[in-house]
Amino acid sequence: MKRLKPVDVVIVGGGWTGMTMAKELATRTSLTVVVLERGPERKTSEYMAQMDELDYRRRRRMLQNIAEETITHRHTVRDRAAPVRQHGPFYPGTGTGGAGEHWNAVATRFPADSFVLATHLRERWGAAKLPPDHKIQDWGITYDELEPYYWKTEQMMGINGKAGNLGGKLIDGGNIFEGPRSHEYPNPPHKRTYAMNLWEQGVRELGYHPYPRPAATLSESYVNPDGISRPGCAYCDFCSMFGCMIEAKAQPTNTLLPLVRGRKNFELRNHCWARRVLHRDGKAEGVLYMDQGGEEVEQPASLVVLSSWTMNNTKLLLLSNIGERYDAASGKGTLGASLTHQGRPAGGAGSILFNEPLNGFMGAGGQGMGLDDFNGPNGLPEDGSILRGGTFSGGGGGGSPLSAFGRIPPGAAPRNWGSEWKKASIEWYDRIGSGGGFSGEHFAYKHNYIDLDPAYTDKWGDPLVRITIDWTDHEHRQARFAAEVLAKLTDAMARAAKAKVIRGGGRGRVDGRYRVDGRYRVDSYNSTHVQGGAIMGASPENSVVNTYLQHWQMPNVFVLGASAFPQNTAMHPTVTAVALTYRAADALVGRYFDNPGALA
Amino acid sequence: MRRREFLTLPAKGFGGLVIYSLAGEPIRLEAQDGMVRVPLRFFTEAEAKAVAAACERIFPADENGPGASDANVIVYIDRQLAGPYGHDKYRYTKEPWIESVPEHGDQGKATPRDAYREGIPTLGADFAELPPEEQDARLLKIEDSAFFDLLRDHTLEGMFSDPLHGGNQQMVGWRLVGYPGPVMSYRYEIEEYHGKPYRREPKSLEQMVGHDVVGWEDEPV
Repeated sequence: MKRLKPVDVVIVGGGWTGMTMAKELATRTSLTVVVLERGPERKTSEYMAQMDELDYRRRRRMLQNIAEETITHRHTVRDRAAPVRQHGPFYPGTGTGGAGEHWNAVATRFPADSFVLATHLRERWGAAKLPPDHKIQDWGITYDELEPYYWKTEQMMGINGKAGNLGGKLIDGGNIFEGPRSHEYPNPPHKRTYAMNLWEQGVRELGYHPYPRPAATLSESYVNPDGISRPGCAYCDFCSMFGCMIEAKAQPTNTLLPLVRGRKNFELRNHCWARRVLHRDGKAEGVLYMDQGGEEVEQPASLVVLSSWTMNNTKLLLLSNIGERYDAASGKGTLGASLTHQGRPAGGAGSILFNEPLNGFMGAGGQGMGLDDFNGPNGLPEDGSILRGGTFSGGGGGGSPLSAFGRIPPGAAPRNWGSEWKKASIEWYDRIGSGGGFSGEHFAYKHNYIDLDPAYTDKWGDPLVRITIDWTDHEHRQARFAAEVLAKLTDAMARAAKAKVIRGGGRGRVDGRYRVDGRYRVDSYNSTHVQGGAIMGASPENSVVNTYLQHWQMPNVFVLGASAFPQNTAMHPTVTAVALTYRAADALVGRYFDNPGALA
Repeated sequence: MRRREFLTLPAKGFGGLVIYSLAGEPIRLEAQDGMVRVPLRFFTEAEAKAVAAACERIFPADENGPGASDANVIVYIDRQLAGPYGHDKYRYTKEPWIESVPEHGDQGKATPRDAYREGIPTLGADFAELPPEEQDARLLKIEDSAFFDLLRDHTLEGMFSDPLHGGNQQMVGWRLVGYPGPVMSYRYEIEEYHGKPYRREPKSLEQMVGHDVVGWEDEPV
C-alpha cells in the first residue's frame, strides 16, 4: 500500500458534478484539489475518429466496462437477484467527464412543485390518497432557492431553449408549466427537424402546449461567463453515446476542465478506482483507491467529495460503513433508501408511415419537442387514480440504417429476413417514425432500495450494488394513461403529416420500446435517470445528506449527484444535479472552509 | 495455434481494405480482379462458407440491390468474433450463472463465439452447397432460435456499419438506402431538406478523417 501526501480535497468521479465542484474549489480557493477518475482521459480531438455507429452506439464503447462492475436486481426481497450482464436499463459513463461526455444533453429544470412534493400531494389529495408504502418527502429546499443556481448552470453550459414562464409571466411557445425563470435561456432554440415541425403542428391542434426541449448543445456560437467559447451545433447525429468533436455539446471536458487544467492546486488522476472512504471518530480522513497498476493507494484529505455515478455513491458509503443502512423490513436507516427510476408508457402508440423520408440521420441528441400538459399534476384524471404524470416528447431523430433498417409495417413481408423483407425495408427506410415518447415521474417507495449483493462481486472483489425495485399499481395506471395520450399525439402528428398510423408491430422491430406494463426490467433501456440511495432532506431522520449535500453524520463528506434526489421527476436530472453542486460549492467556499462543521 | 484457415472471396470487394493475419499483422489489399484468399481469424473455411451462405439468404443480392456477400458480411462477422465482443470481454461473466426471470435479460454463459460454434451445425453440414430454396427451408426451421437472431443482427451490422469493420464494402449497404455515412455538419441541410430526401455519395469514416481508424475488434484479447 502506498500512502500519498495529504491534499485538502479529494473528489471521487470526474463527471458533471465532480468537475463542477473541482472547478469551483480550485479556482475560488487556493486549496489543493485532486479528482480521482476511474476511466481514461477524454479529448475532443479524439471524438471525430469515433463517429462510428457500431462501436459507440451499438457496442457502447464509451460506457463503463460492465465486465468489471455491474449491479444486480431483484423485484422483491423474496426473490434471488441476478446480475445485469450486459448494458441495459441505464448507460453509466466512464472516463473524464463521465456520462457528461456521451449524454444526449436534454437540459430541463425540475418542476417547481416537485421540490415540495409531499406537501403538495397532501394538500391536494390528503394523506389517505397516497400509496400506502410510499416514501415521498420534500427536498428541504425550494425551487426559488435553487433558481439562481439553475441559471448559473444554464449559462455555464449555454443551454438553448425558450422560456415559458419568465418571472411568473406565461409565454406560449415555451414550456408554460415550468417554474418561474429569472432569465430567458442563454441561447435560442435549436433548428428544427421536419419531424419536430410535424409533431408540434399536430399536437398544437389538440390544444396542448408543445415547446422546444432545452438542450445543452449550443444553437449558435457562445461564450459563457467563465470565458469558454464553443461553436453552434452541426446536427451531425453522432451525439448521444458519442463525445462531441466540435464542443457544441456541453461536456465537462470542454466547459470545466479547461479552467482547471494546468493549475498548481488541481490534479486529475485517471484510472483510479476508489474503494473506500477512510474515516475515524466520525471524520473522513481520505480515500483508498486502486491505481492503474492495481496497487492500493491511500490519498489522505481533509474533505472528501463523492461524485461518482448515482448508485456508486451509495456503494462507496455502504462499503465504508458511513451512515445507517436502510432496512426495508423495519423502515429504519436512510442509506440506500428511496431508489427511483422513471416510468414508460404501457405499450407503444405504434408508428407513423410517412410519405416522405425524414432524413432522420440528421440532428442533435437533445433536439426535439417537449409537452408538459400532463406532467406533474397537469391534465390527470379527476379521481386521483394517478397522482403525478410525466413529460412527453416528439420529433426526435434516429435514422441511420444500422438503427432503422428493417422497420416495416406489419404484413409488409412474410418474415423478418429474405428478399421480400429486404424490399419492404428499403421502401420504408427513413419513413417510419414514432409519434413520441413518455417519461413518468416515479415516487420513492419503502420497498425500492439499494444494498450490497451477497453473491456477486466487482473487479476487486467488493460486493456489487443490489437494487430491489418493482413497479406498483400507481406506475401501471400512469403507464396506461401515458399510452392513451401517446396514441392521441401519434394520431395528431400523423394528421399533420397526412400519414397513416400503424398500431402494434412485429417481432420487436417496429414497436419494441421499453414498457411499463408489467414488472421492472433490466434487459432494455429505460433511462439513465436512476436516482436516490443517498437522498437529501431537512432532517437526518429521513435523509443521508443535508441540502448542501453534506453528510449528516460525517460533515467533511459531501455526496453530489442524483443519488441525492428524494424521488424522481419525469425530467432529465443533469441540470438539477449541477445546480445543487454549485449551491454546495457556495456553502463550502462561503462558510465551511472558515469554520469546518455542519452547514445545516 | 490452430491451422491457418482462408476464405476465397471475389477481390472487387476489397478496394484498399486492411485485413489481419492470425498473427495480427495488417495486410492492405489492393482493388483487383479475380479472387483473394482472406485469412480467417475465427471461422474455419467450412464454417465461414456456411455462415456466408446463411447471411446471403437473410440479406440476398437480388433485383433490389446487393446483398450480404457483396458487402463481405462474413469478413465483418469473422473479425467481430475474433475480437473482444466475440469473447464477451465487455460483459459481466462472473459466477454464479443462474437461470432467472425474462426481465433480467440474457443470463447465458455462451459467448458469441460459443453461440456460433454451437449454432453452425444446426444449419447442416451441407448448407453452403444447397440450392437457395433448401437453404431457406433450413433457416425457417431455426428462425426462432437465439443463434438465428444473432446471425440476423450481425448480417445487418455487416451490411450497414462503417466499412472499417470489414463489412459494407464499397459502402454498398449505405448506397442501397442513400445513407451518407458520418457527416460533420448538417447545419443548413437540416432545415433545407424538410420533406425531401437528402441523399448523396457516401463517405466512410476513414475517408472523412483522412487516416486509418482501428475498430474495437482489433483490441487485443
